[in-house]
Amino acid sequence: MDVRRGLLGCCLAASVVLGACSSAIKPQPVEGPPPPYDYTIVDPLAATVVGTPPAQAAKVPDEINRDQLSLTVFPEREIPEIFWYADELKFSLVYQVEPAPLIFLVPGTGAGPDSVKSEYLQKALFQGGYHVISLASPAEPEFVITASSTGIAGRPQDDARDLYRVMRLAYEKVKDRIQVEEFHLLGYSLGAWDAAFVAHLDAQEKVFDFDKVLLINSPVSLYVSAQILDNMLDENIPGGSGNIGALLGRLINQFAGFYQQSGQLNFRSDYLLYNLYTRLQPSDEELEALIGLAFRFTSANLVFTSDVMTNAGLIVPKNLELGPASSLTEYFEVSIRMTFIDYFNDLYYPYFKERDPTITRQDLIDQASVQSIHDFLAQANNVGLMTNEDDIILAPGQIDYLRELFGDRAQIWPTGGHMGNIGTRAVTAYVVDYFGR
Amino acid sequence: MTAIARKLLVLAVLAVALAGCGSTAKGPVEPARVTLADVAPPDEPYPLLVWDPLEPLNRAIYTFNAGFDRYFFLPVVRGYVAVTPLFVRNRISDFFVNVNEFHTFYNSVFQLKPERAGRAVLRFVINVMFGFGGLYDIASAKGIPPEPEDFGETLGYWGAGPGPYLVIPIFGPSNLRDGTGLLVDTLAEYYALPAEVTSTIAYNAVSYGLRPLDLRYRTPFRYYSLGSPFEYDLVRFFNTEKRRLDIER
Repeated sequence: MDVRRGLLGCCLAASVVLGACSSAIKPQPVEGPPPPYDYTIVDPLAATVVGTPPAQAAKVPDEINRDQLSLTVFPEREIPEIFWYADELKFSLVYQVEPAPLIFLVPGTGAGPDSVKSEYLQKALFQGGYHVISLASPAEPEFVITASSTGIAGRPQDDARDLYRVMRLAYEKVKDRIQVEEFHLLGYSLGAWDAAFVAHLDAQEKVFDFDKVLLINSPVSLYVSAQILDNMLDENIPGGSGNIGALLGRLINQFAGFYQQSGQLNFRSDYLLYNLYTRLQPSDEELEALIGLAFRFTSANLVFTSDVMTNAGLIVPKNLELGPASSLTEYFEVSIRMTFIDYFNDLYYPYFKERDPTITRQDLIDQASVQSIHDFLAQANNVGLMTNEDDIILAPGQIDYLRELFGDRAQIWPTGGHMGNIGTRAVTAYVVDYFGR
Repeated sequence: MTAIARKLLVLAVLAVALAGCGSTAKGPVEPARVTLADVAPPDEPYPLLVWDPLEPLNRAIYTFNAGFDRYFFLPVVRGYVAVTPLFVRNRISDFFVNVNEFHTFYNSVFQLKPERAGRAVLRFVINVMFGFGGLYDIASAKGIPPEPEDFGETLGYWGAGPGPYLVIPIFGPSNLRDGTGLLVDTLAEYYALPAEVTSTIAYNAVSYGLRPLDLRYRTPFRYYSLGSPFEYDLVRFFNTEKRRLDIER
């Protein structure tokens, strides 16, 4: 009895000691010449949905040094009761033990600081020896609630200013824990568009004086790209855009069929989407509907959030204060049937028109395009672009516009759709090496 | 009272109180400019809709659960992770998965699935004999993975519909059928063991302390991690759909 108790005590003590002795991880950088580009998916829609097949995936570490932190951006702001869970803005710090450059990471539409793609980039950049401050997208509900000065996402001049403020606050919070050699900025998808405007702002205010800025798969015009994504959904709903319910029902049944056959469905597997794709063999129309649906879901979250934050009375009755027990189902059903153009016409435009009666719809559309900072981008030697020839969010002609604008600062891969190839060895190596560590 | 206990008490009181009062007004309320009638045809199917007659109460409990998770449960899980090496955590998880084979066995029998019941027994025996009393899930490594069955699935197999959607405090989304199933499974285990075991402190600490802790540790779900304000509706739908599919399997 005593022996057993003694043994148990020793085991417990050992486990406590072992548990407490976890030291910070040192990265193992990938050495060698740049890997060849070997991405095999030629259909840009499939590339966008599926990403990188397992055989072509770069190896990134499983465990990195990462702390999940949060900020109070506007201490006097009263968060509506319905958003009680979003009282602080979350961000992540990926840190090195040695001095290193710090990269601010801005994700795509609706993404939080640790979304799938952001987490992947955090790991790759950690392996490359950088610190990373990983942020939420300005078009993400928690950002709109806690960090947006207007409550309306999508006006890049405001979003850039809000992001810049968050970057400053985040850096203030962590600067005693890390030694920073220089600052860089990385944005992907809508985050790249945000990053372009932040770089423009930084060129004037020089709080960080970014050494290098990389824009990954940026749209040119928010209005145009949003329309493309909306059409992907609306044009592929049989019976017209009002029948989204029928489309959802069909997709659910298809997925259910797959779930029945597949036995154990591992939702945590990295290759879930790839397996689903090879098994279900979706058509281009179905892929478009899926992409459009994902975007629609994101914009539904945004429409509702902005409507509540600005008390605009679009979906939620004006002056109605929702509580934790209030049903939001009807607002969900309405917002999932609204297009970005509806958002633009019924919420975005009226908000800015009220503050500046001289502004027109076209002014707002123009301001939400990188063309409005064309001159800056043309001469900004620290700003580079990485995108794909067949990026689905670009309208015809826009890839050529970007190629011409960035000149030899543009890296354009031949395939990949919208960020489908980010997980390949060649593309990951390019991103990590771009910042010159 | 500690700050956390106070927050929880406030949340619990709020949940009950708020179940009654949903929305309030901060001025004269004007109707929304766009309503469902404006955007959807009248015969449009709503596949995401689930029968939820207790919706205000369920939403309040959902909020309570999210707060409980944030202010109590997850901090405890983080503490658990900090003091317990991964190796030990895995052994604990394997142990409880193995204990669960008891439920899988009799529920598979009730659902007339003798092969599945047989595999549950096989798993249990292999893991106890070769896996140090169930601390190692040897059976999975040998190609016999767990195929969990619970009494809610048994009721569903025999034709019971889900009944009204229920959000159970702490446990989360469920429905009348599955909640009843959970109760039956819990009682079955309690009465299957001799009273000398179930009355010990060790059994209670493990069963009501370590086991829920391990379960929360193994469950990756984080409230509002997607940032969507419509999470309640999505969880309600996906939980109901997943249960329907699990019953059919």
